[in-house]
Amino acid sequence: MQRWPVVLFLAWVCLLFFAGIGLFMSGFLLTRIELASSSSCSDPVVPPLWERQSLPPGSCWAPQRFSKAVLIIIDALHFEFAHFDPAKTSPLPYENKLGVLHQLATSQPRHARLYRFRADPPTATMQRIKGLTTGSLPTFIDVGSNFASYAIQEDNLLAQLVQNGRRVVFMGDDTWEGLFPKKFFRSYFFPSFNVKDLHTVDDGILQHLYPTVDSGEWDLLIAHFLGVDHCGHKHGPNHPEMAKKLTQMNEMLRSLVDHLGNDTLLLVAGDHGMTETGDHGGDSEKEVNAALFVYSRTPLFGSGPPEEPETVPQVNLVPTVALLLGVPIPYSNIGEVMAELFAGDSDAVSAALEQLSVYHINAKQVYRFLQSYSLVAQDLPAEQLQHLQELFSSAVEEHTQLLTQVHGTTVPPELKPRLGSLIGRFQHYLREARAVCTQSWARFHPLRMVGGCILIASSCLLCYMASELAASSQSLCCSCLLYPLFWGPVGAALLWLVHVFTQEGLDLLLVSSWAAAASQLGFFWHWWGRHLKRARLTGSQPPLASGGLRQRLRAWLGLAFPMGILFFRCGAMFSDSFVVAEARVAPFLLASLVMLLVGKLHWDGHLTVPEGPKQQLLGVSSYRREIWYLLCLVAMLLVCVRLSSFFHQCREEIPQCRPSVFLSPLASLRNTRAKNFFYLLCVALLAGLVYAVQSWLRHYGNLNSSDPLVLFVRWGFPLVVLCIACYWAVASSVDDSLGRLQELVQVAVVVFPRAVYGLASMGLLLLLCNPMTVFAKDTRELAGSIVTPYLGVPGSEVDFLHVIPQIYKRMQESQKSRLERGSCRATVAAYGLGSVYSAALVIALTLLGFLLMLLHSERLSFAFLLLFVEAFVLLHIQTCARGLARDAELFSVPWYAVISWLLAASQFFYSTGHQPIFPAIHWNAAFVGFHLDHSMNLLPAVLVGANTFASHILFAVGCPLLLLWPFVCEMSNSQRKKAKKESQEELQEVEEHMMEMRLRESPEEFSTALLRLGLKYLFVLGAQLLACVCAAMILRRHLMVWKVFAPKFLFESLGFVVSSICLLLGISLVMRVDCAVSTWFSQLRLR
Amino acid sequence: MREAEVGRLLAANLLRALAVVLTAVAPAFFLDGFSVLGTHLTWLCVCSVCVATLNIILHLVLRPNQSPKRRSFAHKISRFLKCCIYFFMSCILFHAIIVLYGAPLIELVTETFLFAVLLSTFTTLQCLCLLGPNIQAWIRVFSKNGAMSIWESSLQITSMCSILGAWFGAFPIPLDWDRPWQVWPISCSLGATFGYMAGLIIAPLWIHWNRKQLTYKSR
Ligand SMILES: [Zn+2]
Ligand SMILES: [Zn+2]
Repeated sequence: MQRWPVVLFLAWVCLLFFAGIGLFMSGFLLTRIELASSSSCSDPVVPPLWERQSLPPGSCWAPQRFSKAVLIIIDALHFEFAHFDPAKTSPLPYENKLGVLHQLATSQPRHARLYRFRADPPTATMQRIKGLTTGSLPTFIDVGSNFASYAIQEDNLLAQLVQNGRRVVFMGDDTWEGLFPKKFFRSYFFPSFNVKDLHTVDDGILQHLYPTVDSGEWDLLIAHFLGVDHCGHKHGPNHPEMAKKLTQMNEMLRSLVDHLGNDTLLLVAGDHGMTETGDHGGDSEKEVNAALFVYSRTPLFGSGPPEEPETVPQVNLVPTVALLLGVPIPYSNIGEVMAELFAGDSDAVSAALEQLSVYHINAKQVYRFLQSYSLVAQDLPAEQLQHLQELFSSAVEEHTQLLTQVHGTTVPPELKPRLGSLIGRFQHYLREARAVCTQSWARFHPLRMVGGCILIASSCLLCYMASELAASSQSLCCSCLLYPLFWGPVGAALLWLVHVFTQEGLDLLLVSSWAAAASQLGFFWHWWGRHLKRARLTGSQPPLASGGLRQRLRAWLGLAFPMGILFFRCGAMFSDSFVVAEARVAPFLLASLVMLLVGKLHWDGHLTVPEGPKQQLLGVSSYRREIWYLLCLVAMLLVCVRLSSFFHQCREEIPQCRPSVFLSPLASLRNTRAKNFFYLLCVALLAGLVYAVQSWLRHYGNLNSSDPLVLFVRWGFPLVVLCIACYWAVASSVDDSLGRLQELVQVAVVVFPRAVYGLASMGLLLLLCNPMTVFAKDTRELAGSIVTPYLGVPGSEVDFLHVIPQIYKRMQESQKSRLERGSCRATVAAYGLGSVYSAALVIALTLLGFLLMLLHSERLSFAFLLLFVEAFVLLHIQTCARGLARDAELFSVPWYAVISWLLAASQFFYSTGHQPIFPAIHWNAAFVGFHLDHSMNLLPAVLVGANTFASHILFAVGCPLLLLWPFVCEMSNSQRKKAKKESQEELQEVEEHMMEMRLRESPEEFSTALLRLGLKYLFVLGAQLLACVCAAMILRRHLMVWKVFAPKFLFESLGFVVSSICLLLGISLVMRVDCAVSTWFSQLRLR
Repeated sequence: MREAEVGRLLAANLLRALAVVLTAVAPAFFLDGFSVLGTHLTWLCVCSVCVATLNIILHLVLRPNQSPKRRSFAHKISRFLKCCIYFFMSCILFHAIIVLYGAPLIELVTETFLFAVLLSTFTTLQCLCLLGPNIQAWIRVFSKNGAMSIWESSLQITSMCSILGAWFGAFPIPLDWDRPWQVWPISCSLGATFGYMAGLIIAPLWIHWNRKQLTYKSR
């Protein structure tokens, strides 16, 4: 197999996964762009006509009708809870408990009214609070200026009130604290996290509510009660506890009404409903059906209530409250005013005029928002926006026309029906606009989610099957692997043709997933065809059923133990507790996997010396000597795993957790002595890392040539370390202690990281241009001597080089045949040829390691050291285990090695101070080497991404080492053997030192082995991703979906993308080295 | 002969299981406020001691590995001391492994150590009783086709079940159920105990069912 098909096929598999991820994401994660603009009093939204009619003081866009408002949010107040049906004789625990609402609505029909309050999905509390204050449809990701905190950046009701000098007082759920930092005039927050706790928040509010109301020092009072929601989560709605809770709310409202003044509007709202099990988060009827109750002591409504309570979308609350209180409507609002609240107790005509004016303001504001939104985002369909614009302009035109005929409040009678129809047209415009937004922002697409899931699952299956297929045969798999590549574009083209004929817009995502599905079908079709053919071929021969079956069974059992660990890992994704505790789950599973490996080796008797007759007699066995080596490695691994747990970041779900002290930068340390100590330790560690890498390379003879790359390793590495050390020194120094050097520091903070970036990219470029680290010693001129250090060439040169040369047998033979005429046994000694592939990877990994360490805070370099040590130990363990098990298949990497490699990768995701939640992202990384202003968004995204997925990057690039390491270690084994042997045999030994050149011996198998390794890696990654995706899809109604599962899914899929790309890069690097080795040999032959 | 031996094994194992159950129930009559969850440390001590004593008594009574030679008293003493040292070392080793698996390093040291003692009681002590302080024999027993008698098969099964139980016992710890038994190390020690009891029950049954395939090498 050639090199290109391997890379191409792997890239194709990655693209399949990407298409699946994209399809799922488009159905699950709804995104929206937050606009930074905000409304203000002076905005030209108000028609010029209003300028004549001066607004009362304290009013902005419309005359203020209430000076105060109380907003009571009862979390998860389902409509059924608030509805009162006197006819019911035996109400359920949640029915007929809020009697006060019914009583007010029937005794004062023009003062009070109950509505159905339709929440927009996702019905999670935080998203609902955002919706209730911004008047928009918050999605899971509101792409805004700041990810680091949950604070609402968009214009909102509270910001408008504060901007206009009103006092907002809050009590209750502490989610608001994070959402509206420093917005409240006074606040009483109570912890909301413990769902089992029904009373803390409610009792806390009740303690402060009445005194605050009576004091009068507020303009908007918000009280957010959580008891009902928590009761739902804990017991479900149908429980006596719910009856108690609702009765408590009833009493609260009854006494609150008595405390209200005449100028106060009371709003009682539920942020969402709840399902029969008491949960919420999705978009089912029960979850979105909340209640809204409006009351004031002065008459609000022109007429009595309708028979059936009206349905009001949740976003309508914002413009209504804003205009009633006389403040501008928040910029991004897409709600429609509740017109009946503006009727007041005047006559029908002036009420209609009033309503018309608020509709006009509202429509202008929505129009303005849609205009500016469509400028920054393309997710609203253009033709619908066009349609909306037409609706709006025609309505406005008619409005101006109408107003010219109206004088004051006297309306000619023939205009009255036109007044009504105009209101209808504004209403129509607002509803259409909201529908357009809802369609693109607030709906799951179950079909797309399922499609994405299926695509990912079948890609996993494909990975597994292709890795098996590649093992079974090499010649045919090229056709089987490469045909599907053509199927994909064919499928996409077909879809495109269909679209051309039906004249529909083409969705790029749909096309790509269609192409992915088509090419997968192509693969499976070819595979099935081959399978049938082979079955026909083998059918003629006598079947080896029993032996084959037993062998297959044994193979399955062998697979069972690493796959079992993988199964546990995937299963853990389905529980929010396990996702929260994953930082401890991954190391646990890694330790278990390695221990199981040792246990299995022992159980199979690979660790004991084969029993001689003497041992059989005694019934005892003794260990081989390698076992101690293996046990030491395992112990080292366990220690590394345990130590790495000291670098964990915390999540808010575990309140008793304390974040690791190593996460904070050195600059935050007060104690100078400790700071200096840690600084020196970190620098020493970097120097140690360089020393270790250099001595490893020297040991294998890769540090002798005078190629630019080797020179870079010798001199560039220490230079990089020096730059990093200088940067750390500058960055961690206290700012004011330097005085006049401040400007110099400012420069240095930028220069040093840029120097590191430059040096590292130079190193990587050198690596790409000439990845050979081989030093060839051509001795063909020196007649009659074979230069190998083992023969002890006299002279200090060899000692000086301190290397082990690799003599490549075949090359030697070919040279011999050509040089036979001179009868001299000359040869070429190539130093470091046996580890040329690994050396390139090691150099690349070290450079990447430096870059990533630079992006983290100083003391996390300990974690990176642990990472390198652990990876090294893991490689040795798998080599040792394969050696002990006498694994004949050197070209196939066992599953346990791949799974442990990936477990280590996710372990170090946590051990480099990360967590799959947005507030835990290290945003500082974006400013390493760059000043605070980022003109473009790509660079900071790359820096933060590299910081977040550091361990994914390192382990994915290093993945080919899993294949190469047994070949590299081959030498040390044979060396040990050799020590015992006679010197005469040495020459033969030397000739067997082929190490990685064994891979070159059989290039077909080498390519296949790389392909299989990549496929296995992608399979394990894909299985984890699949578990995350399924968890997010199945548990989309779960309480924790937006807090735990959705961020986890996002991080996992991003991690997948990063890992797979880095895997491709790593494999390509090995291929590049292979190319270079080939050219090197051909040049040598030409010489 | 084989059938009778299996019967003896079953009886001995049932006795051991009964002892474990008794340690959970009986001390409540003597100690005030005793419960497995509430006073977990006490239970750990009681259980370890009782199981250890019973194992030693059973070993002395049943003598599954009668050695033909008669040893001197001094030899017996040195053998006993060696056993004690081995037991203590296995406790330390288990403790270290548990800590490496993620148990707290400094807090709850007593709990972790007693859990290690319990695990040693379920595994190492049996090995010591059956095989003596002979590491090479231990190595043989815990490998494929290494068991040479039904007693050794039973030892294999119970030890593995105990360890497996302790491993599975760690699973509920992160769950947010707020149950008293999720506290370290209660779930693990309970898991180990249940695993041990399951092993005790399974071993005779398994040996009974597989008696055709089990051909022990004669010594
Ligand atoms: Zn809620
Ligand atoms: Zn809730």
